[in-house]
Amino acid sequence: MSKTDPVRLAVRKTYKLYIGGAFPRSESGRSYPVTSSKGDFLANAAKASRKDARDAVSAARRAFPGWSGATPYNRGQILYRVAEMLEGRRAQFVAELVDAGTGRAEAGRNVDAAVDRLVWYAGWSDKITSIVGAANPVAGPYFNLSTPEPTGVVAVVAPEDPLLGLVSVVAPVIVTGNTCVVVAGERAPLPAVTLAEVLATSDLPGGVVNILTGSTAEIAPWLASHMDVNAIDLTGVTDAELAVACEEAAAENLKRVLRPTGGTDWSADPGTRRMTTFLETKTVWHPTGV
Amino acid sequence: MFEYAPAPESRAVVDIRPSYRLFVGGEWTDSQGGTAHKTVNPASEEALSEVVWATEADVDRAVGAARKAFGVWSALPGSERAKYLFRIARIIQERSRELAVLETLDNGKPIRESRDVDLPLVAAHFFYYAGWADKLGHAGYGPDPRPLGVAGQIIPWNFPLLMLAWKIAPALACGNTVVLKPAETTPLTALLFAEICQQADLPPGVVNIVTGAGETGAALVNHPDVNKIAFTGSTEVGRQIARSVAGSGKRLTLELGGKAANIVFDDAALDQAVEGVVNGIFFNQGHVCCAGSRLLVQESVAEELLEALKRRLTTLRLGDPLDKNTDIGAINSAAQLAKIRELSEAGEAEGAERWSPACPLPERGYWFPPTIFTGVAQSHRIAREEVFGPVLSVLTFRTPAEAVEKANNTPYGLSAGVWTEKGSRILWMADRLRAGVVWANTFNRFDPTSPFGGYKESGYGREGGRHGLEAYLDV
Repeated sequence: MSKTDPVRLAVRKTYKLYIGGAFPRSESGRSYPVTSSKGDFLANAAKASRKDARDAVSAARRAFPGWSGATPYNRGQILYRVAEMLEGRRAQFVAELVDAGTGRAEAGRNVDAAVDRLVWYAGWSDKITSIVGAANPVAGPYFNLSTPEPTGVVAVVAPEDPLLGLVSVVAPVIVTGNTCVVVAGERAPLPAVTLAEVLATSDLPGGVVNILTGSTAEIAPWLASHMDVNAIDLTGVTDAELAVACEEAAAENLKRVLRPTGGTDWSADPGTRRMTTFLETKTVWHPTGV
Repeated sequence: MFEYAPAPESRAVVDIRPSYRLFVGGEWTDSQGGTAHKTVNPASEEALSEVVWATEADVDRAVGAARKAFGVWSALPGSERAKYLFRIARIIQERSRELAVLETLDNGKPIRESRDVDLPLVAAHFFYYAGWADKLGHAGYGPDPRPLGVAGQIIPWNFPLLMLAWKIAPALACGNTVVLKPAETTPLTALLFAEICQQADLPPGVVNIVTGAGETGAALVNHPDVNKIAFTGSTEVGRQIARSVAGSGKRLTLELGGKAANIVFDDAALDQAVEGVVNGIFFNQGHVCCAGSRLLVQESVAEELLEALKRRLTTLRLGDPLDKNTDIGAINSAAQLAKIRELSEAGEAEGAERWSPACPLPERGYWFPPTIFTGVAQSHRIAREEVFGPVLSVLTFRTPAEAVEKANNTPYGLSAGVWTEKGSRILWMADRLRAGVVWANTFNRFDPTSPFGGYKESGYGREGGRHGLEAYLDV
């Protein structure tokens, strides 16, 4: 007969990748230890490989027709749902941000701001076309209309701001109908994996957002040179040489590149630039006549 | 068939100098170490003039002049910049016949096209962007959007003056100054434009024209004091430019190649579709990045359409570009002709069937007959690579979904055409075609108010319309 331990041992979470709506480990079997700002062990995060990055790109490509073809209203509803789910897990995110080194009060403000940012972007889904599209008064008997369309599959190197920064780079990419492969901030990737759980329970179709954890310097160049990736956001690349290497690699198939600017204030009004960088303009002509 | 008497446009309106220097800082200046090269009339191989290929030192001087002018130009009230651009537009209209004849001489395109398409669009483009210069605060880029600085602009040989207008007009309207490099085979209208800038009293250094080939272009792209590069040309060179600009912080817009599908459904007005297909691929000898070089025709009407198309091709008149009856002019250069021949031979070698109307070619000059390939597979080089010549590849499809699949099966994404009488199908197709311009029941239409530019490897950025301002504003 054994005695019951008075302190219950916690059941820890395995932090995995998020690809195509599922949570696989890295196919490479690799992981890396994530520690708190004080150096305490938190978890072993998956260390994504080139193959994982390629799988994520295929998942994003498969999800693109459905997501870009969904109505803007539907995309807005789903982003709003993401905000709801995030709000519901407020305490969990605060705890994870505190683990990552954010002060408790600051962590609370961060989660609130992340929720609010999602709500803000959700509202853009059915408005951006009116803002950046145009009816063009051509000098001839033609109907002529320009509308924005999503660029396609976007690789996003997220900044080391584990929640607000992450949400601020992902939401503008997907709200317009792009799908993405995100490289989470390397130092504190755990909130990104938890955000994946939020996404997975928000009616967001699998593959629209794919999240990789691991070494930014290792994964970013694979995505920058991947021929089925249409654009890359280098916001989270802090190493200037790596940023240049990625931009050079991106030239091979003329990816749209959002260059790192350094020191973004994630609490500031984001403007529309993060959306418009990943939009194409399509202009349709038709003759008028009877 | 009717017999046509020759109706050549007079070239007396054009006064071509035996040689040209570089237009830097508002005046004609000598090159430092550049060599002179002939520019020829591709219809006769006659040398028209000599231009110098600018060196790195020349480019540096031109960028310096542009930098010096930038302060003054960007500080001018928009309404004053507007008036300069309006002036330029007016002078272009006044000298349009001269410019059209010169364009045809240097490029080989039919006078009918340079006179009726290129020149009116060039003037319209300057008029359009002139009007934006004092309204930039209303363009949706903030209350007081700022220019970028010095723009390095590199343009191709297929629409020399029109591409110059697409580059210079928005750049100047936004308050930038420019160094423009025309293509080495078609420098003459850009040099005449320099004279127009002088006539308009444009402040010195606002527009600088440096002639030359790839090395001159590379010097411009790599110059550290250039803030923006705008390039129109091949995807291959576009890639190189994107690579060299990486890490420099320079802004970049690229308008590159295409392999557009022109899709004809069985319910299309076939006679109109035939005209559209002809205009799509034989306009400007097919030297058009957005040319409808892949005809996708619904299987049930393929035979009928091809018959009508071939009949129409027998009526096209190929020959002297200055003749007002000419439909198809000369291929712009020996190098381009060699490329068209090579790809056409590859088309035959890979098993496609080649057809051209009986079409005697002039003995001198660079010529290629209008050509159709049938039985083309998607894997053939002529279905994948940009020929940039009067060569049409014909493929068939059964369902709209198959048409979309085939149309999008290319790394390019510049333009597409759809021919059907069913409105909902047009919009369904337009939604799914991954291309920057979709022409429905028309093709190859251009307008300064209408944004133009590609998806995927056809480049990025838009020229024309409100969208075209973004490329030259710090936003």
